[in-house]
Formats: sequence, structure tokens, C-alpha cells
Amino acid sequence: MSKRRLGLIIYFTFLLLPLYWMFVMSLQTTESILGGFSLWPRDITLANYTKIFTDQSWYSGYINSIIYVSMNTVISLLAALPAAYAFSRYSFIGDKHMFFWLLTNRMAPPAVFLLPFFQLYSTFGLIDTHIAVAIAHCLFNVPLAVWILEGFMSGIPREIDETAYLDGYSFPRFFLTVFIPLIRAGIGVTAFFCFMFSWVELLLARTLTTTSAKPIAAIMTRTQSAAGLDWGLLAAAGILTIVPGALVVYFVRNYMTKGFALGRV
Amino acid sequence: MTLKLDQVSKKVGGAQHLYPLDLELKPGLNVLIGPTLAGKTSLMRLMAGLDKPSSGRILMDGREVTDMPIQKRSVAMVYQQFINYPSFTVYDNLASPLRLAGLAKAEIERRVREMAALLHLEPYLERLPGELSGGQQQRTAMARALIKDASLLLFDEPLVNLDYKLREELRAEMREIFQRRQAVVVYATTEPLEALLLGGASTVLDAGRVLQHGPTLEVYHRPATVRAGQIFSDPPMNTVLGKVEDGMAWLGEQIGLPLAGHLTDLAPGRYRFGVRANHLFIAPGSAEDVAINAVTQLAEVNGSETFIHITHHDGTYWVVQEEGVHSLGLGKEIQIYVHPRHLFVYDEADRLVAAPRSERRLAATPPEPETRHGAH
Repeated sequence: MSKRRLGLIIYFTFLLLPLYWMFVMSLQTTESILGGFSLWPRDITLANYTKIFTDQSWYSGYINSIIYVSMNTVISLLAALPAAYAFSRYSFIGDKHMFFWLLTNRMAPPAVFLLPFFQLYSTFGLIDTHIAVAIAHCLFNVPLAVWILEGFMSGIPREIDETAYLDGYSFPRFFLTVFIPLIRAGIGVTAFFCFMFSWVELLLARTLTTTSAKPIAAIMTRTQSAAGLDWGLLAAAGILTIVPGALVVYFVRNYMTKGFALGRV
Repeated sequence: MTLKLDQVSKKVGGAQHLYPLDLELKPGLNVLIGPTLAGKTSLMRLMAGLDKPSSGRILMDGREVTDMPIQKRSVAMVYQQFINYPSFTVYDNLASPLRLAGLAKAEIERRVREMAALLHLEPYLERLPGELSGGQQQRTAMARALIKDASLLLFDEPLVNLDYKLREELRAEMREIFQRRQAVVVYATTEPLEALLLGGASTVLDAGRVLQHGPTLEVYHRPATVRAGQIFSDPPMNTVLGKVEDGMAWLGEQIGLPLAGHLTDLAPGRYRFGVRANHLFIAPGSAEDVAINAVTQLAEVNGSETFIHITHHDGTYWVVQEEGVHSLGLGKEIQIYVHPRHLFVYDEADRLVAAPRSERRLAATPPEPETRHGAH
């Protein structure tokens, strides 16, 4: 066996072991998890999953997360598409600085914005709504989306725009019927990243919600009780959290390579 | 339909891309010839309305269009790069301007088929541009430009990115296609040969200025300035400072030619003489030929001909274009021959004072499009 293959096996073992372990735990009751050590699940049970899918307080967490993540992805794309087009096609005073400034928004830790956000959202009565979280997540998703889309758009020759105008296309029609199809790979990649960052973000999502828009990650903390942690339930919730992300990755995997090749992802 | 530019200039940042210029283009073919960075593309973009001129007005049929949005102008453009809509099939590419014009489906279908037949695109109508060769992609771009019957058609060096064979083929076809049009066709190129093959009118552009404008053959036979002569010859016209003195024309200090033919009336004084490379020969052609002793510097074989670069011992540098493949040793002493009837003469103010008469007589018959030496 070559060294290279050995290295890969070690790498994947480290990478997948925690996931495997979580999966094993999700199929067991807390008693059997704590009862003894085993590499594979004994007394397999789907009780943990059943609880999540039947208990409203559990599955609503997933629904809330999916709602605000989808809203955020749509808002981010709608805001970023025109912005990225402007950055890629026009030169205006301070364009490069502004482009970089957008990126620096990602460098600030979300905690910095927590207090002002909480105050503002309270004032406008937006606390505990899906839109509040969706808008808050735009803080780091819009700059990212602009950054990725600009790379894809700059790969399309400007002459195509000009030809379209000469052919008689109006800007909106050109943008929707000619330009968007050309950068659909970029849109796919961008949507994936917006989805991913919004899906895993906990701090803002938890602070801006109380009950009716509470994300799944916040609900998972409820497994801790006076009687200790419900390990099996927590693991099952964790596995279900990975599933949507994995699905999205599966659908945009071909576009991702292109994004990586452009150096923007 | 005529296109008129009135004192149009273009400045980008601190750089003057085009100096104020006046130009009137009539329906038919108009060649814009000039070296790279001459401002050909800048000028075409102004004509198309893609850029706004820094000053001046653009008139179409006497109507000012300077600030008119491009969608409203009747313009089509073909770029040097092959620009098509990558996500549309060839059929949809051709149909797109017609659909925007709101034509009926049957009419669109008919015109697309007709245009596809004209540019030999019929077998590829259902393909995407990315699945075509470079030549076919450029044909698609041309078809899309031609299909909407625009009154201004702009071609910005459309053949530059094609290989030699395809270029010859498309060039011959374009001549025919252009002849049937009522539109003002503007065709930018760096190659004098292409201009001569296409005919029509020519505008010589250099460093943002129009040097000359007129019928292509007229410009070829009587380039108004030394620079225009150089641009309208490939390889560039040989020029040498000299004088007319004691009934002789002196090219440099030592090469003396009798004042005969079109040179007869030259007043004594200082001049610049020009000879095209294809009018210099390595063997004497007639008794009046004057020999120039020179040393070979370089011999480039270019297909069926050879470019011989030589220096005279007074320091003047010449390029001879000779038919056939000649292998000449470098640094060899040779004699080249020039006939006085081939001389272009410019005065000190860079004005053409005498042009070869034989050329003007030949001007009545257009050059053969098939040979590389359209106009000897």
C-alpha cells in the first residue's frame, strides 16, 4: 500500500469517526450509550428520531431554521446580484475600496453586532420572527455572495452585454434571460454558501428568537436537564442537522469545482 | 443612410484616445485601417453608441444620435473575439434580435433559415456556440449582426482570431455579402491587403487621428502622408530622406535617379521619398532601373515570397519583397533595383507631391482579389 493511500485512510478515519460515532449514538438509548463501550450500535432503536419527528417543539426547530435560511439565501442573492454586476462592469469612485470593505464585514465577529442588533430589532418589534434572523445573517452572507458572484460575472466577456444592448435587449430583460443563465453555476455556489453559513450560525439566531422562530441548534440545548444529557436524542438531532447541508452539497458539487477554480470560494 | 461624425473626440482619464475628427461615411463599405492602438476600436465604439464621445456630435441621416440609447439605434457589431450568447443555440442566437423587434414567428423562422444558408450555418442551427469551431462561431456572430438589417454595421477586426485558411474564405464571402447591403458598413483592419480586397472607401487612422479618407484604391495609390503610406503597405513603405538637385533625385546622399515621368516637375529642395517593398527588385527589370548597393541583414521567407531586409552603407534601411523563396546569406553584398516610376515623393511638410503615374492608370481596374499582390 502506498504512503499516499495510507495517509488518505488516516485522514478519512479522523474525519468520519466523529460522524460515525454520532450516528451510532443516535440509534441507541441514553442508557445503552452510557452502559458500556461498543464500536457498533447494540439494541438499535429509532425512538430518538421518532421523538424529533413527532414532538412539535423539536421539528418546529428544523422548520424555523429552514424558513429563515431560505429567506436569507433569497435576500442575499437578490441584493448581491445587482451589486456584483455593478462591481464587475462599472468603475466608480472608491469601487475597489468598497469591494474590500464588504469583505471586511466578514472579519468582524458576529458577537460585536449582537447588542445593537438586539436593541434595534426590539425597537422595531422584530424579535422572534424569521425575517429578523434572515436579515441579521445578511451581514455576512451578502458580502460573501457579492464576492463570489463578482468572480463569476467577470468571467463573462463584457462584449456579450454590449451585443445584447445592440440587439435591442433592455437591461432587465438581458439580465434575466441572457446573463443569469450564464452565471447559474455561480448562483448555485453562492446559494450553497449562504445556506451553509446561515444554517450553522447560532449566536445571532438564538439571541434574536425566543419561541416561535427558535432555530434547531438552540432547541438542541434543551436536551440538557437535571437528569443529565439525553445523548441519544442530541445525536439524532445532530445527524438530522447535517442532512440538508449534505443534500445541497450533492446538488451543487459540480459547480463548486468551478467556484474553487475561480479562486473565489 | 449616412453616418457623420462632427468634431468627435474621446479622452479616457488623461489619455487622448481620439483627437477631434470629422468623418462622413456613406452607405457601402468603409474600411478603417490603422495599426494597433490607432483608435479603431475607440472610434467604432463611439459610432455604435457604446461609449459617449468626450466632445462632438454623431449624426445618422442628419439626425443627432449622440445621446440616444443604443437599443434605439439601428446598429450591429461584430467583435474580434467570437461573441455569441453561450446559452442559446445558434438558431436562438440568430432569432434573438428579430424576436426583440417583435416579428412574427414564421417570419423569424424564414429569415433565420435564409441567413443561415448565406453563411453556411444550416447544419449547426441546433448547436450551442461552444460546440462550434472558431470560424463557425464568428459566422454565427456575423449572421446575428446581419440578420436585423441594421443601418450601421460595425466589424472590429472580425477575422484576426481565425486561422489563415478560414480568413481567406470568410473574406471572399464578406465582400459579396457587403455588396448587397444598403447599410453603412464599417470594417476595421490592420491589414492593407484586407482593405484592398474589400474595396469601398478607406479611412487611415493613426494615433487617434484621421490621416486620410477616400476611395480605397485612391488611398492606396496616393497615400497623403508618409505615415499613411506606411500604414497602407505591408511591409511598410520604405522611406528615405533625400533631395532634388541638378535635375536628379537623390535618395539619401548617394543614390541618384533621373527626374523622369511623374518626377519631371519636381522643384529643387528637400524631400522624403517612398518606395513600396514590392517595387524593389533583386534583378534589374529595365534599362532605367537604378541599382542600390546594399548588405543583407535578414531574409524572411513568408509563404511564396521573401522579405529581404537590407542596409545601404549610408545607413538607410530597406525592405524588399520578392516573389519566390530566396536564400540569401546574411551580411552579403547585393544590388537591389528601383525604377524611378515607383517613387512616392513627400515634401518637408509631409504632403504628397508626386505619386507613381503608372499606379494611377492601373487604378481604373480593381486588383485581383485572389492574389496577395492585389495592386502592383
